[in-house]
Amino acid sequence: MNDEPQNTVSPRTIEQVYQPINRRTFLKGAAASMVGVAGLMAALKPLLELERGEISLDDLLQRHYRELKEADLQRMMAQLVAKSEKEHGVRPNLRDVKPLAGVEFGYALNLTRCIGCRKCAHACLKENNQSRSDANDIEMSYIRVLEMKKGAINLETSSVYYDSAAVPQTGRYYMPVQCHQCRESPCTKVCPVQATWQEVDGLVVVDYNWCIGCRYCMAACPYDARRFNYQKPTLESAAINPNQSYLSNRLRPKGVVEKCTFCLHRTRDGKYPACLEVCPTGARVFGNLRDPNSEINYILNNKRVYVLKEDVGTLPRFYYFFDK
Amino acid sequence: MRDYLTFLWRVWRLSFQGSGKFYVWMSVLTLLTLVGVHAWARQFVDGLATTGMTNQVSWGAYIANFTFLVGVAAAAVMLVIPAYIYKKEHMHEVVLFGELMAIAVIMMCLLFVTVDLGHPERFHHMIPPFGVFNFPGSILSWDVIVLNGYLVINLHIAGYLLYCRYRQRPPTKRFYIPFVFLSIAWAVSIHTVTAFLYVGLAGRSYWHHPLVPSRFLASAFVAGPALMVLTFQIIRRVTRYWIGDEPIFTLRMLMTVAMIINMFLLGCELFTEFYYPTQHAAAAHYLYFGLHGHAGLVPWIWSAIALDVIGLCLLVTPFSRRIIGLNIACVACFVGIWIEKGMGLIIPGFVPTPLGQVVEYLPTLNETLVCLGIWAFGALLYSWMLHVAIPIMNGSLRARPELKPATL
Repeated sequence: MNDEPQNTVSPRTIEQVYQPINRRTFLKGAAASMVGVAGLMAALKPLLELERGEISLDDLLQRHYRELKEADLQRMMAQLVAKSEKEHGVRPNLRDVKPLAGVEFGYALNLTRCIGCRKCAHACLKENNQSRSDANDIEMSYIRVLEMKKGAINLETSSVYYDSAAVPQTGRYYMPVQCHQCRESPCTKVCPVQATWQEVDGLVVVDYNWCIGCRYCMAACPYDARRFNYQKPTLESAAINPNQSYLSNRLRPKGVVEKCTFCLHRTRDGKYPACLEVCPTGARVFGNLRDPNSEINYILNNKRVYVLKEDVGTLPRFYYFFDK
Repeated sequence: MRDYLTFLWRVWRLSFQGSGKFYVWMSVLTLLTLVGVHAWARQFVDGLATTGMTNQVSWGAYIANFTFLVGVAAAAVMLVIPAYIYKKEHMHEVVLFGELMAIAVIMMCLLFVTVDLGHPERFHHMIPPFGVFNFPGSILSWDVIVLNGYLVINLHIAGYLLYCRYRQRPPTKRFYIPFVFLSIAWAVSIHTVTAFLYVGLAGRSYWHHPLVPSRFLASAFVAGPALMVLTFQIIRRVTRYWIGDEPIFTLRMLMTVAMIINMFLLGCELFTEFYYPTQHAAAAHYLYFGLHGHAGLVPWIWSAIALDVIGLCLLVTPFSRRIIGLNIACVACFVGIWIEKGMGLIIPGFVPTPLGQVVEYLPTLNETLVCLGIWAFGALLYSWMLHVAIPIMNGSLRARPELKPATL
């Protein structure tokens, strides 16, 4: 490649390259390999602390939810139930609740009525079995309630961590934000393994057994609606909601993303989401967008409706509206 | 086949023969790599809570280093283009080192992405037929293809040329020239696709910006050559392979042009963000001046800007015609771009959050050790490849030592 004089090869170099193995070099090599292996073992020692069964062959061989045969899904669910019983002493009623025909869910929130009490954020935690350090830790709640300054709808000057003795405060109004179940959902578009997708009723769900934990969906979401399990979820056994479904509120492993599913284990059974039921002011309206006589359609057709970040083009199924 | 096995055996033997200094260097790197492995094993058991990342800032040092290193890998074209398109003879002496560097750096990139995963053991979910590959929808799946493709192309070119050299026969052009040209386009693609990872997210206005890919390429073509200039000098000092000054000063010229473009684009960006600041400038405001009393990145970005400016001034003036001046410029540019394109690009994308909250991010010790381990592993890999490649290139390792070494 170049013929600089410095590159002239001395015979010694060649000799070195072909140096035969003798007893001495062999022993030296063997000793060095032992040290290397010992070093690697020492480095990997934390892996011994992995819980037995945390990574099973079944998990590794499992297919994507939408490719699962019914029998395999039942087997996986039985394993999840057994795991919950073993770890928490709670035997959940774990189901795979399918979407209803002719239903597309929509949600509207009355900004005139919301008083910022955060009851919805707490109810969400109780319903969906999120990780928490104590009852007041709502970091993993799917709902973030923003305290906004009157005079504008300006997220930049809003506060999530408001801590006032009473709500509502004068000069403030409140805007709860949760997953908007977008029609053009950026989160499902970016997922490299399709671990999150839109169901036919419009709900964006996550297969916790398929998510690889890259968090690209969190970067993509314009509504800060996704949460990640940075550690094994901490949840007291007494706090576990046993009414669970595979794609929504079942107990999650660490290292996966989760999000609001409009409580699909309730709403696909004809009930309201937990956040709506608990709302003391009746600010929340939930229903079937495909039913022309539904309350949600009445709101969309008759009230002054506001879509958050309409400019991003996500076409949400979550709306805000005003009374007067 | 028998010859190839002999070749591998000799390479294996050669890998463990060297001077005392070589042993010390490789042992230190191995030790640092093992420290990184240990930190990662801890993270694998306890979860990503061992990092400083949160729901609000969901990517951190891993993705920052990944982004920066993709650029360094892409910069191998700064050797390939002059060598193969402009037929600069002196660049042929070093072009292989650039390709080997690309291999080592791409490995680092893949490791940085892997350690960022919450479930690395589910990696096969991305590989059909075991998994579902969201192609072409997800830009991340594009990135997986281009990064691995670039790795394979460079492994082929470097491996083929070295083996021919070892067998003392001239390489057959059609076996590698088409791949050399493919690698040029491919190098541009790896960095562009990596930029599209961010640019494609309309919800993050700091990233949703058409200048990002151009700036990525411009800054990459500074940082990569800067590292090459420094390593080439080490190679010519400590190994029996002489690299003249011409390749180094060709790289200086290329770096200078790229750095001017990079700083011009930075200026365009700053003008757009600050001349008439909109709400979309909040992230830039956080980065450069702090926001609502949070200013964690401010000292970093100003150090980066200072280093960039120093680097640029040295490069455009005769100071960098002397090797010492050039070396200072290279270090300044490399570190400046590492800060600016790593943490300076990734973190403000998350601050403020899409709902306007400011949550700051600081890497933890464990996270830093994982990063350090990957950097050490990259250096280990590159050192090993050089240690094997150089005796082949200068002819001391060849199939039939009784014959004269081939000339390429």
